Parts: sequence; structure tokens; C-alpha cells
Amino acid sequence: MELINALVAVTNYVIIPATAYGAQLALGALGVTLIYSILRFSNFAHGDTMAFGTGVVILITWGFQAMGISFGPLPTALLALPFGIAVTAALMLGTDKVVYQYYRKVRAAPVVMVMVSVGVMFVMNALTRFLIGVDQINFDDGTRFVINARQWRDMTGLHEPLTLRSTQVITVVTAIITVAALFWFLGKTRTGKSMRAFSDNEDLALLSGIDPNKVVAVTWIITGALATIAGTLYGLDKSFKAFTYFQLLLPIFASAIVGGIGNPVGAIAGGFVISFSEVGLTYAWKKVATYLVPSWEPDGLVQLLSTDYKYAVSFTILILVLIFKPTGLFKGKIV
Amino acid sequence: MSSNRQAGETSRLRAPLFFAIMAALILLEGFTSGWNSALGILNMGLLSAIMALGVNMQWGYAGLFNAGAMGFLALGGLAPVLISMPPTPGAFSGGGPGIMAAFFVAIVAVLAAVWIWRNLRGKTRGLAVTAVLIVGFFTYRWLFDPAVEVIEAINPSAQGNLGGLGLPTLISWPVGAVLAAGAAWLVGKTALGLRSDYLAIATLGIAEIIVAILKNEQWLDRGVLNVNGIPRPWPVPYEIDLQNSPDFVAQMQAWGLDPQLGSTIVVKLAFLVLFVIVILALIWLTEMSLKSPWGRMMRAIRDNEISAAAMGKNVTRRHLQIFVLGSAVIGLAGAMMISLDGQMTPTSYNPLRYTFLILVMVIVGGSGNNWGSILGGVLIWYVWVKAGDWGPDIMGALAAPFPDGGLKDHLIQSAPHMRMLVMGIILLMVLRFSPRGLLPEK
Repeated sequence: MELINALVAVTNYVIIPATAYGAQLALGALGVTLIYSILRFSNFAHGDTMAFGTGVVILITWGFQAMGISFGPLPTALLALPFGIAVTAALMLGTDKVVYQYYRKVRAAPVVMVMVSVGVMFVMNALTRFLIGVDQINFDDGTRFVINARQWRDMTGLHEPLTLRSTQVITVVTAIITVAALFWFLGKTRTGKSMRAFSDNEDLALLSGIDPNKVVAVTWIITGALATIAGTLYGLDKSFKAFTYFQLLLPIFASAIVGGIGNPVGAIAGGFVISFSEVGLTYAWKKVATYLVPSWEPDGLVQLLSTDYKYAVSFTILILVLIFKPTGLFKGKIV
Repeated sequence: MSSNRQAGETSRLRAPLFFAIMAALILLEGFTSGWNSALGILNMGLLSAIMALGVNMQWGYAGLFNAGAMGFLALGGLAPVLISMPPTPGAFSGGGPGIMAAFFVAIVAVLAAVWIWRNLRGKTRGLAVTAVLIVGFFTYRWLFDPAVEVIEAINPSAQGNLGGLGLPTLISWPVGAVLAAGAAWLVGKTALGLRSDYLAIATLGIAEIIVAILKNEQWLDRGVLNVNGIPRPWPVPYEIDLQNSPDFVAQMQAWGLDPQLGSTIVVKLAFLVLFVIVILALIWLTEMSLKSPWGRMMRAIRDNEISAAAMGKNVTRRHLQIFVLGSAVIGLAGAMMISLDGQMTPTSYNPLRYTFLILVMVIVGGSGNNWGSILGGVLIWYVWVKAGDWGPDIMGALAAPFPDGGLKDHLIQSAPHMRMLVMGIILLMVLRFSPRGLLPEK
């Protein structure tokens, strides 16, 4: 019995939140890794792109709410999501036209591209702030729980509570759909195949008649979509705050590098490695410990790291990967 | 990058002209908004210029992208707290040994893990390293936690931290540089020699972590409770002492100045003199080293790593060296900033302001040119401050045609964010149309 209670506690406080967070990171890391493999630079503006996309989704959600449109038990933001994606993708294409295109033409060094993305980051940051401000915003208006603590107790009779929030289920389901669509696109469609060819060998791809402008444009559209979805899911699950999204840049980069930058499967795996380590190391294991060893009454929280240091976890994993396996868990590219 | 680094045919008058414009802007500020505000902008601008000098060493001389200047700056800022604050009675004797022992255990565990990794082979290696690290971590926490409790219990409303050594503030400046250099060595050792943007990501991470430590480790710097009343460096007087000195008041009245205003201006001027001395010393050192064989080697590596490596230069080693030196300069600026502010507020470290704005300063000033960094530092700081001031006015004018109501209010309210937009556009414009900056490298 105590063992089951311990398992429930671990599921409730570690497995469920880490799975949802991991799915959000994975979607973010997919965007970073796509830009990296097609355009060959680390996009520092990605966090702010996520913030911008989410900001647009929130505005449209408010618009829908004002018009009285709702999505039943699901959050209205899911209805607004396609519109948010369209706006963000348009912004991405515009940014590419105005900013990045020139650097591709002069074949600028990757590090110059990174610097350019810092400039874009400033502009995106300002746009998001103009759009929606810097405050914390909760925009989840759906049903809060799939299983709440009382239902769980009635269902199982266990005294250890377990709750499953609907945003967590929505996150995982949406992420699975998005990833499946992305892999289908990359693996089965003509454009997707030409993107992979472009990523593997740019010169050879150009030689075989692949239109680089189309590849780049599609990449930006997909990145805008991934960023908006990831940002919206994160905002639904936790809350929206522009600065938090900037800070997500570190775990997202860490996920992409841990998995092997430029490798989509790696980005997903990396997202879950980072999220499980982060949640597992910052969780206070006291409750689980008392279930497992009933005679032992720990005096602390049995917390390995305070939650304030969650970024240290991504950073440490990043450093370990850089030292021992710079290509990542799944073989990524090294340019 | 290498294609646009050739010596250009820029006019000799370019640098004096831009510095004259900069001086004119500061003078204009003095005449329109008062000398207090003008000197405040100039002092902070010069501090930003020192940070820009450090970032320029990394980006301009070596092409290394440091996305964590904020972290090294914050770490440097810890030095005045630890060196020049008065000691907290009983803190060091109470918790000092525990903390020292904990750090000793941590260092021994890491060294032992490294030794095992190098000397063992096979499956036992991974297990042994993990075991050593886990035992080390728990021993560390077992020693560390009680010591921290002891320290934080001492007079928590005013102290509750380890306190300083009570040494003169000027000593803390080089110590800040050393602290930052140590952190930079650790990061550079792992992230350099790999892809160029891995360093950017690693530094982005270390910066967040350093600031998180400063926010949460109360025993060290009181965390979010802030450390106040950090002593000023040696020749800088305190306003209150000046106002209480009859000689000073008489002198000010003889010049027709309000003694209170006069005292703040004198204090700012004293800081200004100190900062200018530090900047001149740094410029002299960096210019001398750039002209030396070492400087030529650095530029050769930046312009063509492969051919420099073929000439037998150890590129990664040189990169580590310049990265550590540049971060030391940023740490120095961090310590100086804390002595100027007189307080340590870890929540005020914001990456846009202290990392990315400094990069804008370097690039606008002219990558690789030290005078360019000084110019960029002061000029961009001026624009940053002024964009915050002018934002609401400009936005008000822009929003005037809209009808009163939600949209107009929203636009006017969001005007303070104008500076982000201005900075982004300046950075993008310079990178696109004038990648060598205002004062190109010779």
C-alpha cells in the first residue's frame, strides 16, 4: 500500500508535470533545431518568437471571449491557435525577407547570423511588449481538471492525492499531433524531402534543382507554427509572462543540443531528458521517502536542489553533453 | 566576417568628430536637464564602456560571442560585498568552517571524479564516478546546510550574511575581475573548441545561474534582501560629510551653488575621475597588447582560424585566454558599478540590459576598436536612457490621431518599451549597412 502511495506521489508531482513540460520543451527545441539544420545558426530570437505567438493567441482568445465564442470544455485559446500561427508565420516570413535574406546572400558566418538574431530578438521583444505588456496573464478558460483529488480518492480509495489537469492532457495530445504531422511532412511530402536534402547537403540539393527560397520559406512557417504552439501550451499549462519565455531559451537550447542539434528526433528526446531531470532534481522527495521508509522521518525536504536553480540543471546537462558527447545523444550535425 | 575586416579608408577626423558629438550631447543634457543628470548618464555610460571594452576583446579581437556578460558582471559585483563590507560579528566563526569544509569536499569530489575518469577503464568507471559524485554531494549538503542556518540566523533584519573583510573598496575591484575570470575559465574550458555558438549558449546559461545564486544564497549576499551601504572607493566623499563641512558650504556659496546640489555633483565628478583613470589604463594596456605579436596573432586567428592553426597556433588556447581576459574586464566593471550604486540588488540584473545592450554598444561603436567601444558605450547608453524619456512623448504624438480610448491608452502605456525597439533597429541597421561600426578597426 505504501509503495502504491509512493508511486502515486511520484506520478503526481514528477511524471505528469515533467511529461507536459517535456512536450513543451520538445516543440520549442524542434523549432530551434529546424532553423539550425536549414539556415545553420542558433536562433536567439526563438524564445521571443514563442512569446509573440502566444501574445497574438491571447489577444484573439480575448476577442473570441468578447464575442461569446467558446470551445466547450476546452480552452478557447485552442480555437485561436490557428490564427496565432498564421500571424506569427507571416511575421517570420517578413523578418526573413527584411533581415535574414541578405546574410544568406553574402554567406555570412554563423556567428554573425547569431548576432543578427539578437537584433531580431530585441525587436520581437518590443513587439510583444507593445502587444500585450509585461504582466503575468492567465488565459486558460477550459475545464480545470480531468481528474481532481476528490474523484481520485473516490475512485481508488488511496489517501495520496493525484490530479490530472486538462492543460496537461491537452499539451501532450497537441504535441503528439504536431510532431506526427511534422514527421509526416518531412518524411512523405516533396517539400519535406527537399528540406531534408537541403539540410544534409546544401550544394547537392541546389544542384538537383531544389528551390532554396521555398525551402527557407517553409522552414520559417513551420518554425513560427511550432513556436506558437509551444508557447501557447506552456502559457495554458503555467501562465504567460514575456520574460519567462526569454528564459526558456536555455532549456530549449539545452534540449536541442542534448538530443543532437539538427536532429528532430533528438530534439524531442532532449526535451524529455531536460524536463525529467529538472523536475526530478528540484522535487522535494520527503513524502515519497516517508512512504518508502516508514521508520525514517527526514528533517529536511529531501530536495536535491531548490527550484530557483532549475536552470542549473539544464546547464549542467548541457555541459556534460558538451564534454562527453558534443554531437548529442542522437547524432546531430557539427558545422 | 573576414571579408569586411580589411583596413578601410576612413577619415582621420572620424573619431574626434564622433567624440565631439558625444560630448555635445552630454553638455546639452547638462544645460537642459541639469548637471546631476548629465553626470549620472556619463558615469553609467563610462561603466558601460568598460563592459563594452571587455566584450569587445572577446567579440572584436576573437569573434567569440559571449551571451552571458550579465553573469560575469554580477559575479564581479559580489567582490565589493565580500571585500569591503564590514564583517558580520560571529558569522565567520559560526558558519565559516562549515562552509569552507563543504566547498573543500565539493572540490575534492570533483577532482576525484575527474581522476577516476582519466585513470579507470571499462564499466566500473561510470559507476565509480557516479558514486563519488553522489557521496560528495550529500557530504557537501550535510556540512553546508547547518553552516548556512547559523549564518542566516545572525541579525537577519540587517545582516544574516557572511559579511565582508572590511578592506578598502578599491581592492575589491581587481578581486571582482578575478572572480569573473575564474568563472569564465570554467565555462571556456568546456565550451570553447566546439561549434562557435555553443559558447554563446553556455554563457547564456552560466549568467542565469550566477544571478540565481546571487538571488538565493542569503548567507552570501542577503539574496533579494539586497546589501546596502557598500563603502565608496577611497577618494570619493559622502554627500552628507560635504554638506556638514563649513569650508565646502562656504566655497559652494562663493560660487553661487546650492551646497546640496554641489555635493552630489562633486561626488559624481570624483567617480568620473576614477572611471576615466581605469578606462585610460585599460585602453593603454589593450592597445599595447594589440600592437604586440600577441595582438597580431589574435587577429590572425580571428580572420582565418585554419591558416593560423596551420602556422602552429593553438587556437582554442588563445580563445580561452582572450575569453578569460575579456570576462575579467567585465567583472571589474561589475565591481565598479556596485561601488557606484552603493548597494547590491541581484534582482536588477536583466540580460537585455547587461548582456545584449553591451553587444549593441560594441557593434555600433566598431567591433575590434577599443575607442569605438568607449564611444558606443556612452552613446548607446545615452540613447537607451533618452529613448525611455522620449518614448511617451513620441508615442503620444503618434497616437494623437486615434480617438481617445482603449487603443490610445494602450499605445501610450506601452511607450517605455520603445527602447527595446530602438535598440533592435539600431543593431540590425548597423549590422546590415555598416558592419564595421562607427569607428572601424584600423
